[in-house]
Amino acid sequence: MSNIKLRKVDVIFSPYSVAPYEILKNAMKRSKDEVVQELIDSGLRGRGGAGFPTGLKWKFAKQQESDQKYVICNADEGEPGTFKDRKLLVEVPRKVISGMAICAWAVGASKGYIYLRREYRYLVSHIEEELELYHKFAKEAGLDFKIEIFMGAGAYICGEETALIESMEGRRGEPRNKPPFPIKNGYLGKPTVVNNVETFASATMVCRMGADEYKKLGTDDQRGSKLFSISGDSPKKGVHELELGMSLEDFANEFGDGDTKAVQVGGVAGFCIPKKQFKTTIIGEGNTTGGSTMIFNSTRSMYNVLHNYLDFFAEESCGQCTPCRVGTQQLLKGIEAVKSKKKPPEYLDQLVKLAETMRLTSKCGLGQSVTNSFSSIVKNFREEMIY
Amino acid sequence: MAEQVKLNIDGVDVQVEKGQSILDAAKKVNIRIPTLCHHEDLCVAGNCRVCVVEQEGKNTLTPSCATPAEEGMVIKTSTPKVRRARKDLMALLVSEHNTQCTTCYRSTNCELQDLAAEYNVDNNIYLSVLKENLEIDKSSWSIEKDDSKCIRCQRCVRTCAELQHVNALAVTERGRDMRISTFMHLPMNEIVCTNCGQCITHCPTGALTERRYYDEIWEAIDDPEKHVVINTAPSVRVALGEMLGFPVGTRVTGKMVTALKKMGFDSVLDTDFSADLTIIEEANELLVRLKDALVHKKDVALPMITSCSPGWVKFIEHMYPEHLAHLSSCKSPQQMFGALTKTYYAEKKGIDPSKIVSVAGMPCAAKKYEANRPEMRDSGYHDVDAGLTTREIGHMIKQSGINFLELEDSEFDSIMGESTGAGVIFGATGGVMEAALRTAYFVITGRPVPFDNLNITPVRGLKGIKETSIKFENCLPEYSFLEGVEAKFAIAHGLINARQIMDQIVAGESPYHFIEIMACPGGCIGGGGQPIPTNDEIRKKRIQAIYDEDMNKPIRMSHENPEIIKIYEDFLEKPLGEKSHHLLHTKYRKRKRY
Amino acid sequence: MAEVKELVKELVDKYGRERKNLLPVLQGIHLETNYLSKEAMLEVAKQMDLSAAEIYGTASFYSFLDTKADGKYKIRVCKSITCEMAGKSEIIRTLEDMLKVKVGETTEGKRFSLLETNCLGLCDQGPAMLINEEFYTQLTPAKVRKILGEYIRNKY
Repeated sequence: MSNIKLRKVDVIFSPYSVAPYEILKNAMKRSKDEVVQELIDSGLRGRGGAGFPTGLKWKFAKQQESDQKYVICNADEGEPGTFKDRKLLVEVPRKVISGMAICAWAVGASKGYIYLRREYRYLVSHIEEELELYHKFAKEAGLDFKIEIFMGAGAYICGEETALIESMEGRRGEPRNKPPFPIKNGYLGKPTVVNNVETFASATMVCRMGADEYKKLGTDDQRGSKLFSISGDSPKKGVHELELGMSLEDFANEFGDGDTKAVQVGGVAGFCIPKKQFKTTIIGEGNTTGGSTMIFNSTRSMYNVLHNYLDFFAEESCGQCTPCRVGTQQLLKGIEAVKSKKKPPEYLDQLVKLAETMRLTSKCGLGQSVTNSFSSIVKNFREEMIY
Repeated sequence: MAEQVKLNIDGVDVQVEKGQSILDAAKKVNIRIPTLCHHEDLCVAGNCRVCVVEQEGKNTLTPSCATPAEEGMVIKTSTPKVRRARKDLMALLVSEHNTQCTTCYRSTNCELQDLAAEYNVDNNIYLSVLKENLEIDKSSWSIEKDDSKCIRCQRCVRTCAELQHVNALAVTERGRDMRISTFMHLPMNEIVCTNCGQCITHCPTGALTERRYYDEIWEAIDDPEKHVVINTAPSVRVALGEMLGFPVGTRVTGKMVTALKKMGFDSVLDTDFSADLTIIEEANELLVRLKDALVHKKDVALPMITSCSPGWVKFIEHMYPEHLAHLSSCKSPQQMFGALTKTYYAEKKGIDPSKIVSVAGMPCAAKKYEANRPEMRDSGYHDVDAGLTTREIGHMIKQSGINFLELEDSEFDSIMGESTGAGVIFGATGGVMEAALRTAYFVITGRPVPFDNLNITPVRGLKGIKETSIKFENCLPEYSFLEGVEAKFAIAHGLINARQIMDQIVAGESPYHFIEIMACPGGCIGGGGQPIPTNDEIRKKRIQAIYDEDMNKPIRMSHENPEIIKIYEDFLEKPLGEKSHHLLHTKYRKRKRY
Repeated sequence: MAEVKELVKELVDKYGRERKNLLPVLQGIHLETNYLSKEAMLEVAKQMDLSAAEIYGTASFYSFLDTKADGKYKIRVCKSITCEMAGKSEIIRTLEDMLKVKVGETTEGKRFSLLETNCLGLCDQGPAMLINEEFYTQLTPAKVRKILGEYIRNKY
């Protein structure tokens, strides 16, 4: 484990320093393989949460033989505590769109979509304005890649890439069995790259800075910079861009209110880290990198926090697979029963085992990750669950 | 040969075709992996998760039904981790389930119950999350829907979509509220449902069952005033044994008749009789249509399509209301039987028809609805008072305490108990076509149909759409208009195949003269009222039993049935005659498509 | 129901009859009519050649597609943890007092529906709520009274 001092940087939100779509234009002067290699070399990983190496995803997509490929920007930001994508789309939509276009050009896609969560409908005209500029540029540059906005309709699970694709195909947003992965068999059965808003913006910056420069940021395990959505008991709520690799202790010192008891890293699908582990926890290492960080001070009841999460999961689970549909309900009812003394404290251990079954057997990331927050809260704040 | 992949399951090397699942591969080496949402007839869902296995190199478990086998995979199907997970999943399903198994119709024939017992699931380990105030939907004549027993495997949804292309059932809502329901949660009798009952035979639990009428039947049997008559369809006798200790594919005709008599039915008759009658009427109807088209150049609806399958009839009424003229006007054998029971039978036996209770023992759920169609009262009474499924008959036999395995055989009663091999094969897909051709060819040419042993093999088998053609040569003078005509025939089973046939007709591109359509895959032997489970392996065995029964019959053409000859002499006078029209034919109604 | 028929036709012509256009079509109807009526869904089924059950199944999956007629103004208060920490309960109480309905209910005359919703993506500015397409952040009871007062006075 290596960690570095907390450092605020200004990569993704750096002001536009070049003419519109200059980065895309420059990328298109190089060979496609070279650009994909640049992405691989940069060490950039998906910024949505799962952390798959972006360059590799593009490389696989490029290798697919198909008459049609798609590039989809996942702007279904629904993880509680996350709002960075909103800020990106408001402030630097061009970087997002450039990233999509570079990807499309490199992998050979001619059609792109921004899957925008329903709650962000008010951003449509703003994004469309930028898309108009982009399409004008694409026409001039002879780039055959058109982008449309696809509106979500209100479902957290559609942030899961195969659920998102189902939703775009006019169905219930239920995750698919994998394999096959979207890269082979995605939207309308065609190879499809789905990346998060921040991933595309970061890809643009990798092309702008070059892999060598980009990977100077961060540690060996995590390259580059990352946006953190900071909320909860913090005097500095908002989106902050930080170099990856800092310890949670530094983070809490910088952003907490001096009374921080725990930090939820990676949204409700991530881990709840108690104060005693701040020193040894590197944000993004072994936990998810979506960038949601919710800070809780000593006045907060961790039972209420967990109850809120579980209610969220039980509602936002798509409901198709047994462990997630029933498991989320059981965990919620279970902690209520322990709290109200209808079940003994030891029942919590049974529930931790259940959460592990959910991790092992759920169809998608939602059910698989419930155990992260559940077990970390139950183990670290057991008394609060009981009394 | 398709590309092969090699993998290792529980230490055994196995080679399968690329694209086959881990579950398929395990089956090949005799390793049983439990499943719930999986069904051989349907596409993969992968949502119950009980088929999970350990895959080397993965830190989560792998659903074996939904994961293609890959070269070099190392799979373990029964490790402590796998067993614990499965037991936990079973416990979760049970916690969401109405566990009053003792009063459930599917008790002892329930996949959830079997697995819960196998894994010795502790019912108290988790709190119950069964939704409160769930009401059983009993609105339909045919199907009961009890959401408290639903495990959300979506087999019914996939059945309704993939086999039947009706899509009456869908997954609705999300998360903890997710359920299997209908458009706007409307009751089953208000939606576009064909009542085929395939959802029932594909349901692993008691969530979908047929509406049961056996209590009423018992009451009628016990009433000394009532004369209770039952006729049983050909498919019942080749499947009933499955519920009563016989291997799949055993013919139990004689034992069934004995059992029904012992139970107290006053008369046990054979639906095959009216199947033979259907053939006479339908073949003549077809010949009239052909003559009208070829000789009188009239604009008649061709191809003509069979109307024996009430699921199919309701399907076309909903989906193709503009094309009902293609349907034969013949009632189904069940309804012909009912109409004759309260007229011809009553007259011959000297029984007051108002005292007759006519019961139909059917492999079918839709027959219950059909019996209750308001137009089915041509005898002046309710032609068929109640339809029972094969399953209900099996239950009634059990309720009577009869030792079915040891029962002696007996013959159907008379009258309307005599049948031919042609009537028997109605039960299998292609059977009506074969029976019709055996008679039609004879009527037209005076010679038996030119197939070895009368077995028209091209119309047999489980292919979704089958076709054949027959050229008429040396016709009798009356049918000289068919001389040299090559008539084309098609057979479809499963409503998704029916849709293809109909779309061809709608487009004006149908090359056929006569088409047989059955709502259920495999025909009646795979009907919605048949013992559970049903899959292709079972369908094939039941079909074989049907053809064996045919071969064993001394008479194998409908028009040679002596009782048929007699009923025309004594009662109906002639095919398509006035009495026939009144009692044996019907009209159809347009229904809403959505 | 000629109007619904026209509306659906317009939308189906615009987006296309293929299944993949179902969400845009449903959302188009929703924007015009504030919910998806039974008639509208049946019309979509007819025009897009889909089963009505599947359309209902799809619509009922998404929280922004309503299949029953709710209030003209839908108030969605964010119930995610950070908004809860920032005082969501007080906001709900204020709204319940003013509207005389509970969460999940609609006022008489179908003017307002009071709903809770999952994360609105405004966690740094909670408590937050959405009234139809308008966002309101950093809410306090006083602020809510002012905002809602304006709706009641001006936008009825």
